[in-house]
Parts: sequence; structure tokens; C-alpha cells
Amino acid sequence: MAAFSVARSSCGFLSGLRVSFRSLAQVKHGAVAASVPQTSLLRDSRWYSVSHLSVKERIDKKRKAALIGGGQKRIDAQHKRGKLTARERVELLLDPDSFVETDMFVEHRCSDFGMEQDRNKFPGDSVVTGRGRINGRLVYVFSQDFTVFGGSLSGAHAQKICKIMDQAMTVGAPVIGLNDSGGARIQEGVESLAGYADIFLRNVMASGVVPQISLIMGPCAGGAVYSPALTDFTFMVKDTSYLFITGPDVVKSVTNEDVTQEELGGAKTHTSVSGVAHHAFENDVEALLNLREIPPPFRECHDPSDRLVPSLDTIVPFESTKAYDMLDIIQAIVDEREFFEIMPNYAKNIVVGFARMNGRTVGIVGNQPKVASGCLDINSSVKGARFVRFCDAFNIPIITFVDVPGFLPGTAQEYGGIIRHGAKLLFAFAEATVPKITIITRKAYGGAYDVMSSKHLRGDVNYAWPSAEVAVMGAKGAVQIIFRGKDNQAEAEAEYVEKFANPFPAAVRGFVDDIIEPSTTRRKICRDLDVLASKKQVNPWKKHANIPL
Amino acid sequence: MAAHSLSPSLYRLLFAVKYASLHSRCCAVHKKAQYSTIYNPSEKTFEKILIANRGEIACRVIKTCKKMGIKTVAVHSDVDSSAVHAKMADEAVCVGPAPTSKSYLNMDAIMDAIRTTGAQAVHPGYGFLSENKEFAKRLAAEGVTFIGPDTHAIQAMGDKIESKLIAKAAKVNTIPGFDGVVKTAEEAVKIAQDIGYPVMIKASAGGGGKGMRIAWNDEETREGFRFSSQEAASSFGDDRLLIEKYIDNPRHIEIQVLADKHGNALWLNERECSIQRRNQKVVEEAPSTFLDSVTRQAMGEQAVQLAKAVQYSSAGTVEFLVDSKKNFYFLEMNTRLQVEHPITECITGLDLVEQMIRVAKGYRLQHKQEDIPINGWAIESRVYAEDPYKSFGLPSIGRLSQYHEPLNLSNVRVDSGIQEGSDISIYYDPMISKLVTYGATRSEALARMEDALDNYVIRGVTHNIPLLREIITHPRFISGDISTNFLPEVYPDGFKGHQLEADTRRELLASAAALYITAQLRSQRFLGELRVSSSPVECNHWELCVELGEQRHVLEITKSGNVYTVEVDGGEVEVSGQWDLASPLLPLTINSTHKMLQCLSRDASGNIVLQYLGTSFQVRVLSKLAAELNSYMPEKVPEDTSSILRSPMPGTMVAVSVKPGDTVAEGQEICVIEAMKMQNSLTAVKQAKRRAATYPAGVPRRTQRTTAHVIRAPRFAGERNPRQAKTGEGGSLLYYMQFLGFRFQVDGFDNMVNLGCS
Repeated sequence: MAAFSVARSSCGFLSGLRVSFRSLAQVKHGAVAASVPQTSLLRDSRWYSVSHLSVKERIDKKRKAALIGGGQKRIDAQHKRGKLTARERVELLLDPDSFVETDMFVEHRCSDFGMEQDRNKFPGDSVVTGRGRINGRLVYVFSQDFTVFGGSLSGAHAQKICKIMDQAMTVGAPVIGLNDSGGARIQEGVESLAGYADIFLRNVMASGVVPQISLIMGPCAGGAVYSPALTDFTFMVKDTSYLFITGPDVVKSVTNEDVTQEELGGAKTHTSVSGVAHHAFENDVEALLNLREIPPPFRECHDPSDRLVPSLDTIVPFESTKAYDMLDIIQAIVDEREFFEIMPNYAKNIVVGFARMNGRTVGIVGNQPKVASGCLDINSSVKGARFVRFCDAFNIPIITFVDVPGFLPGTAQEYGGIIRHGAKLLFAFAEATVPKITIITRKAYGGAYDVMSSKHLRGDVNYAWPSAEVAVMGAKGAVQIIFRGKDNQAEAEAEYVEKFANPFPAAVRGFVDDIIEPSTTRRKICRDLDVLASKKQVNPWKKHANIPL
Repeated sequence: MAAHSLSPSLYRLLFAVKYASLHSRCCAVHKKAQYSTIYNPSEKTFEKILIANRGEIACRVIKTCKKMGIKTVAVHSDVDSSAVHAKMADEAVCVGPAPTSKSYLNMDAIMDAIRTTGAQAVHPGYGFLSENKEFAKRLAAEGVTFIGPDTHAIQAMGDKIESKLIAKAAKVNTIPGFDGVVKTAEEAVKIAQDIGYPVMIKASAGGGGKGMRIAWNDEETREGFRFSSQEAASSFGDDRLLIEKYIDNPRHIEIQVLADKHGNALWLNERECSIQRRNQKVVEEAPSTFLDSVTRQAMGEQAVQLAKAVQYSSAGTVEFLVDSKKNFYFLEMNTRLQVEHPITECITGLDLVEQMIRVAKGYRLQHKQEDIPINGWAIESRVYAEDPYKSFGLPSIGRLSQYHEPLNLSNVRVDSGIQEGSDISIYYDPMISKLVTYGATRSEALARMEDALDNYVIRGVTHNIPLLREIITHPRFISGDISTNFLPEVYPDGFKGHQLEADTRRELLASAAALYITAQLRSQRFLGELRVSSSPVECNHWELCVELGEQRHVLEITKSGNVYTVEVDGGEVEVSGQWDLASPLLPLTINSTHKMLQCLSRDASGNIVLQYLGTSFQVRVLSKLAAELNSYMPEKVPEDTSSILRSPMPGTMVAVSVKPGDTVAEGQEICVIEAMKMQNSLTAVKQAKRRAATYPAGVPRRTQRTTAHVIRAPRFAGERNPRQAKTGEGGSLLYYMQFLGFRFQVDGFDNMVNLGCS
């Protein structure tokens, strides 16, 4: 603090000089103030009130103070932790010089516990808000500043976030939140809690209106976690970000469990175990650079839309029990093999993510035969359902690749409520009115066939590859039921395979529109998407549907 | 029943779908093929030929059969059912499961296939049954023609000991100091001492470098004996070995011979095959830069003498070692079509497969010795799915996610048996293709080879193009100063990829930066209507920070049209091109020279992997701001893997060298993995003790042979408990298998049935 008081007195001294050496003083002052986070406004107020320039100078001072946040020391500490400051993050995320800040002068209004003192006032408080552009596209951003009161949320902080969210909704631009906050500002008490609730309400109101993305870049605990949870996508940074309701200490005192922060709510836990986060990135820089690339709509494309993909003709193995990688199919079909997978480490038996087809952004859902034979279980159903609903809300066509042997049987699944959770995916596909294209690559068995964007759920175009088998169940199980007690099971099985283990039963009924050569899949999808671009379909008016939550 | 009445037409559709892509492929290949396409249709040969092989050689034979109007039958294992050769042939018969001993070496199944398809002749290709006298005998017994030499020639030449005796008798120069069959390791040592080191130990029945080791002392002789006999047993079902004097610094030059059943024999010039690794050929050329016409003729005549001495018919190869004084010694005779036969076809214009078929039918040779020309120069590079950075090539496996052969270039021939989407599996040879270029002169052929390698797109498997391109551009290779020790001499510390000079480094950096900017600009070009209008930033000058290896460079880039001017390290580089971001190829004009780069990957974090001059380089391009902020990012410590034993490739465990309770020292062999017919010894990274075995005694051999991607031996190392190993970063553990007291981690598929346990 000694340094501060020295700085302060030098300010006053320079201000005095300014009257006679106007221009010179301005330059000098600027140079000094850049390293001074706060100034003693009350003491100098008389000076400013008599001079016209003093207001301008106060503005400059405030701006400079806002730019430095909690001070160089805290910035250094932030860097030491391998984290960037709130402003550095915004700068890296947005196009150069495109950031337009709002509420730089907002300060917290708490007057308890000595918070009213000047040294506890930071212009802009503990969050940086504003708008900017990513590759020329408008986005609204807030970035919590850990260097100011640990990024804690005050009433003013919440108010700033609410303001940009309201603006984003009125113009229809996405909101990106960069979370790095210790939690509620305890000194403010209920005002802070009210602030959270204000944000939650806006998260909910904005849901489905504008895309909302949260990037967790530091701690995010307690009630604060519900804002990311309400947004469309939650991304995390490995090793530096945590999300949990209660920290390890409280866990220890309540349940007597020993658990580290990382194990309890680190990026790995949330991307692979809980499914709370959708993706984790190595560090701040990578996270922000990747966030810039999250597919915006329709873009110029160099990949020919009529490109044939000969490798697909041999990808499905001859034995129907043998696995293959659905990602191979997806990458081969989409533009430039670029597939942004959502939740790649959670419920791996379903693959969801964004890609482009002839420049158009599409959502892709595919069963992954490589993991648990690609069956649907609780986690994969929920993962798929949420993704499908996001696509539907923002008019992104859905392409579904089906190779599903059915729902996963067992007590764990039944007790966990597979019926209720499986219904979510069914609900999501049925409700979606965006263009829906489905390709059955191999198995489409039982109820899972219906669920996976079947013709019956208003699939616009449903294709089958020659290797497709649409049936109630696999040959072995079916034969055991149909020909129970019959001696020649093998013959019966052969008959069943002949009848059902091929695309014909579905094709003759019109449940698939065509049986296509796998290598032409890309060409066909691109052509269909062109046609379906003008698709209009409206669900009956309702207050809202009642998805089985 | 509606399904049934409709199905015939739909089946036709499916059938058409299956074969449509094939026809176009065959046509394309025909246009490029550089061997005689002329054929006399009045000369009736066979109606139908079965090709008892797979991969590129099966495809190669089928092409000639098609030219000659002969129907073809392919045999295939179950995993090869959609392989190119099986689809190219008129008929395809499955002869068994994936392991070669149960399919391509399964004589009973192949004989059945011959009977059911009514094939009149069998072309064996190379490897597999091509030099198996038993097979030739069984064919003869059923009246089916074997397209190759007679049984006695196979027998005489197939046995390395007998062949030398015959060669000596036929006045062919032979290597001094060779001996008989070796039974035990001690006998091997004694013989080796008698001959004097160095000696070569090899399989009596083998070829192609398999079961072949060089020993410089007693210890290596024992080790070599063990490995060679095992490999010989697994590859040829015959564990006999022989030991002979090893000629240091030799060249490997072979003479192609062609003989008919009427006592006529020709020599079709030589092939220089000195560039080898582990005694397997990598780059071959015809003719050799080393031979003068006198030596060539002497070698050719001796080769013909030998062929005549065994009443040889069909195409064969007499291999010689040639020392620096142009003394040549008979090595062995291969009684089959060689892998590298295309270069002979290129310079002589003959179609060797056609000649083999004619000769097998009993026709006389069409040519006289003086009709055999040397037209131009041909070079062949064997493109393998292997990692050249590990002892010049350890097999790798995978799926060819993208694959384009450089057939758009003239004078390029690619013999391959795979296509985009094919799997390179552990069961078979990891060869992707034979890339042959041809030119009026050697330098022309070499220049074309450079282009062809740069234009060759292979994704999904590690390949040896970096090594091939380095070899053909190496000054020693260009000057013709080569021997079979070329690779170890030129790269004593192992192959490290292309070493960039200052100017090529600048070119690479500039290309990466220009590619980055192109991608950035493209991200701003939206189509369609947006609710909020987009406002792209107009900019034509950038400052970037590019990292390559340990070094960081600051680049200034100015764009005008499609041309980028890049200032880097005080130099200026001008880069222009079409900038097609979807194409794997990146044709650029760098400082007004055309260069073909390939973009292997590009991500949002600025990581770009470019293939330049054959080698792939990882570059990170960041804006100045991002680079500055990136310096705050902590280095992540990689997981300690010293207590994990990782197999360098998937394979079959054939031996465990440590007993329960044994303590292994650093570097000691723990087990032996066999993959693609090569045995690799896995050694301990640090001292560890093996715990007691927990598997029940008498586990059948079948379950002991397990295909595994990654072997973890946490119980070996002791420190690490399995749970930690399970959750460790980088290891996606899906199944642990208890095996011989080891725990195996199997990466990749988590359905056990997919592992292909054999």
C-alpha cells in the first residue's frame, strides 16, 4: 500500500502543475496513471469540479483503472496460474479492434464491511462486458475478472451481464460467457444472490432465442454453476477450471469423502463422467481460438458437393457383429473432413457434433458401433436429445447415421429410468421441424430404429445403405422366439436373415426412400439439403411441450 | 412376400453398385501401364486362371489376364472379401480366415476353389505358394497348369544349398565358404567360426529377407539362429537354416531370365536392388548404374546357363552380389515373378505375366536375345505402411482414409492392390504399392519419381514416403554410389526425416503462414442471409508468429490477389497458389518455382501439419497477440510411461522371456511380438520384477495368441496400481485381459469380438 500512497500524492502534485503546463502534464499524467489502479477521488474532487478538463481526465483515469482490473500484481498471479486476464481473453476471442465495451464505469454499490472505501472500488467491477465480432459476426461477450475480488459476483456485476444479454436478445446475436469467478460476493449478501437469479432468468428466456455458450476458465462453484448449465454449450479448460455445487472441503465435512478439486469438478470429470461439459481444451489460448471456429452458418466451401467417397463402399464389415468407426463415415462425408464433436468423451456410443455440408452447418448424430455396439442407453439418449433440440431451436439441419442394435438391457438401465430418458431422444427427434436426413448404415433394430429419426418421426429423407438391416431384432433372438422349440434353428435363422437382414422390408414399404450406394451419400445429402433449405413445418401451437424430463 | 418378388431388380441394383467403381479403375490402370499391351488373340492359352495370391500382385496378374481375354478367379481370406483383387476378378472364392496359414497358404481350400471354378491354370504370384513344390505337385496331379517353372526347378532352386551346388556345376560364380543345414545354435556358432565372421544366417526355404540375420560374433550367431529359425518356421513352415560368408559392402544386382519349355532362355537385363533395409528391398532400378555391358553380358549368360541347367521354364530371377571390383557371386535363384518385375517391363517393353502364361501353355519364346533392349531407365519405390523413423520402417496398420495415386502424371505406373478405404491389417505384408517411374534417362526418371512421391496422397496410415524421397534425392544415390549398406551408412543414427536448410525452412514457414491466412479469410466469407449483418475486416497485412520445432519466427505477410509476400528471417518469399482448402494437395508456386506440398491437418489452434519435400512438419501459426499470450500457458507434463510396456505395433505375442519372480534389468527382453512376419523384442525400460503368474496352467495355445494394440504391464512395474493405469491420460483403457500373468490393455475397440483374436 505504500506504493499506492506515493502514487496518489504524485497524482495530486501533477494535477497542480497541470494548470500551467497543460499539454505536457496530460502526457505525463497518463504515463503515471497507467500504473495506478485507483485514485483518491474524494480528496481531489474539488479540483475536478472547477475545471472543464478535469472530467475528461477523470474519465481517462477511470478507463485506465478499468483496463488494469485488480492491478499488476494480481494479473501476474493470474498469469502464473496459466490463466489469461479477462481482457486478454476478450481480445483473443474477438476480431482485432472489434470489441465495444459497455459499463466500464459501473462500480459495486456495497457499503458494508469497508467495501465503500475507494481502494475497494474498481471501475467496471469484476466483469468485462460488451460486444464484438468473430470473423465479422456479431457476438455479445462477458468475461469475469478474477483479479477483482476473485471475479465474485456483485449486484453490479450481474446487472452488467444482464444488460448485454438483453441486448443480444433484441438483436439476435449469440452470447459467450467466459466464466472465472470465485462465486457470490459475500459482502453483498442477498443482492448477489438476486444477481444470479437475474442472470438465470435471462439464460432461460434467451434459451432457444440466441445461442449461449459458456467457457469455464477458472473456478465456478455454488449457485454460479447454474448459469453455464442453462446455456447451450459448456466448455472447460483442462487443469484450471472447476465446476461444482460444493467444493472438496464441504464434501469432506458432509459426506466424509476425500476428493480433490480436479476429481470433483475438473474438466475430465465433467466431460467424461457427468456429462455437464461438452468439450475440454488444453489451455486458455486453445479454448478461445477453438471457440472462434464453432460453426457459424453457411460459409464458402471448397469441397465439391458432388464428391464421391469410394472408401464408404467398404467401410461396413461383412460380419454384422464386427465394429467400425462411425467417425470414419462422418469425416469422409462432411466438408473437408472437419467435424466438431460435442461431448467426445461422454456416452461414446453416440456421436454428436457439428460439421458443414457444402458450406452449410449441419448437426450430425450417429450411433457409434465401436463402443458398446452403438446401443442406446440413458446417457447416450440424453446426450443425443439435447443436441437434437439445440439444432432444432437454431434451425440447423440434422443428419442421422443409424447403426443401432437397440436399447441397452439390464437392471442398471431400467432402474436408472431408461424408459424416461430414452423417450427424450424420441421426443426430440419427433418434435424437430428442421430438415432431417437419415442414413441407415447397418442395424436399425427394434424401438431404437423408430427413435433414430425414422420416417415415422417425420424424417424428410431416409436412406438405407445396401448393408442396412431393419428389423425388430437380430436374427438369433428373433428365431428363438418365432421358432421356439423347432429343431432346425440354423435353417430358421437363415430364413430370417434372408427376409429381414437387408434393406428390402423397409424399402418396399416406403420407410426408406431409397437404397443408395454408400459412395454417393455426400452427393445425395448435399442435394437434399439444397431442396430442404426452404422446408417449412410447424408444430401445433402450444404453450410448450412437455418433454419427459 | 412382396419383398421376394421385388428383390431381383433390387439385387441387380446392389450388384451394379458394387462393381461400378471397379470398371473405371481398371480402365484407368490400363492407360498407364507400361508394358506390352499387344497380344496375339490367335494364340489360345487358357480359358480361366486362378490367382493364388492377394494384393497388388493378384491385381497385376488379373490385368494381363483381362488383356489376354482370360477369365480370372481370385481367392481371398474372409477379411479380404472386399479387397480390390477379389472385386477385380471375374470370380472370387473365400479360402479361409485371415491368418495366411489358414487361407492363402491353405492348399486344400485353394485346390477346392480350383475344382469348383474349373480354372485350368494357377498363377501363384510371389510369396505364399509361389515356390512351394508340394503345391506345384498337387496341381500337376489334378492336371492343372502351374504358371511357373517345373517342380524339379522349384525344388532345386528353392533349396539354397542344392541351388549352390547346381550353380557351381553350371560354372556360375558362387560365394565362398558355404555349408550345410544347421540344426542347433552351437553348431551354428562352430560353422560361423570356421567360415570367419561376418556370417549370414538365413532360412533354407525362405527369401525376401525373412528369417535372415547377419552375425558378427558368437553371441549374435546364437540370437540370429533363434530368430531366424522361428521366423522361418512361421513364414515357410520349414525351419532349416544355412550359414555363409557375408560379403561386406556388396551390391545386390539380379538378372531377370525368361525360359520356355523348349530349351530356350533369355536374360532380360538386370535390376539394381541395393537399397535395402533389414535385407528387404526399398528402391530398385533398371538398369544398374554400376554394370558395364561386359559384366552385364557375363552375368546374363551365367544366369541363362543356370536356368538351362535346371531346365527352367517361365520367368525367374538370378540374384547376384556384386562387389566393388565388379566380381559377382551367385546368391540364389527365385523361381517366381519378382516384386520388382515392373522396372524390367518398363525398359524391355515385355509383359512378363503374359510371357509366363504363354510359356506355361507350352509356346516358344517370341524374342531372341538380341531383341531385348534397354529402353530408358525405370525406378521403383516400394511404398509401405510403415514408420520410417523407427529402424527404417516398422509396420503400421490402419485404414486408408484418403488415398490418391499420382496417376495423373505421365510415365508413372502404380501397382497396388488397395484403394481408399482399404485396411492395412496385421495379417499381411504392409506394402501399399509399387510406384514406378520411367524416363529416357535416369535423371528424368528420378525427377518424375520426386513429383510422383510429392503427389501421392496417403492418409490414415504411417507410410515411408519421407524415406523414399530422401533416398532418391540423396547425392550418393544420384551419383550411383550405393551398396546394400546404403541406409545404415547414410543414416547412422537412424532416419530423421528431411533436414531443412535456411531457404527451404523459410519456404515452409511462408507456405504455412499463407495457408493460415487463407483459412482465416475464408472463415469470414459467409453465404446466405444473416439476421445480423456481418462485417468482415478488410486487411491485407498481417504479422504472425510461427513455431517450427524449437524455433519461433516472426513473419510479415502482405497479400495481393492470390499472391502472398512473406518476410521471414530477413528474407522475402513469394507464395501463390489456388488455395483449395479442401484438397489434400497444396500445389504452390514459391518464388516462381512449382512445389507440391500436402496439408495433412489444420486445426483451430493454429497447428498445421504440412508435408514438404516428403517429410511432414508440424508448424504452429499464431497471431502476434495469441503468440504473446501463449507464452503464459504452462507446459503440460506428459504422463510417465516408463512403467508401461507398449508394443510398437499390434501383433501376436509369440514368446515371453521372463519367468514369474524374475527381475528384469533395463534393456532386457520381456517378450517377443510378431507382426507382419517380423519378430520384435520388447525390452524393459527400467528395472522391474515380474509377479507370479496367475493364469491357469495348460491354457490352450489358441487363447495365448492375442492381438493387442497396447500392452501394459502395471503389475510388472509394481509402482502403479491398475486403477491409476486405467485412468491415466492418453490410455483409453477398455479391456484388461489376463494373459500369462501380464495384463493387456487393448486400445481401440471395446467389443472383444472385434479384436480378431487368433
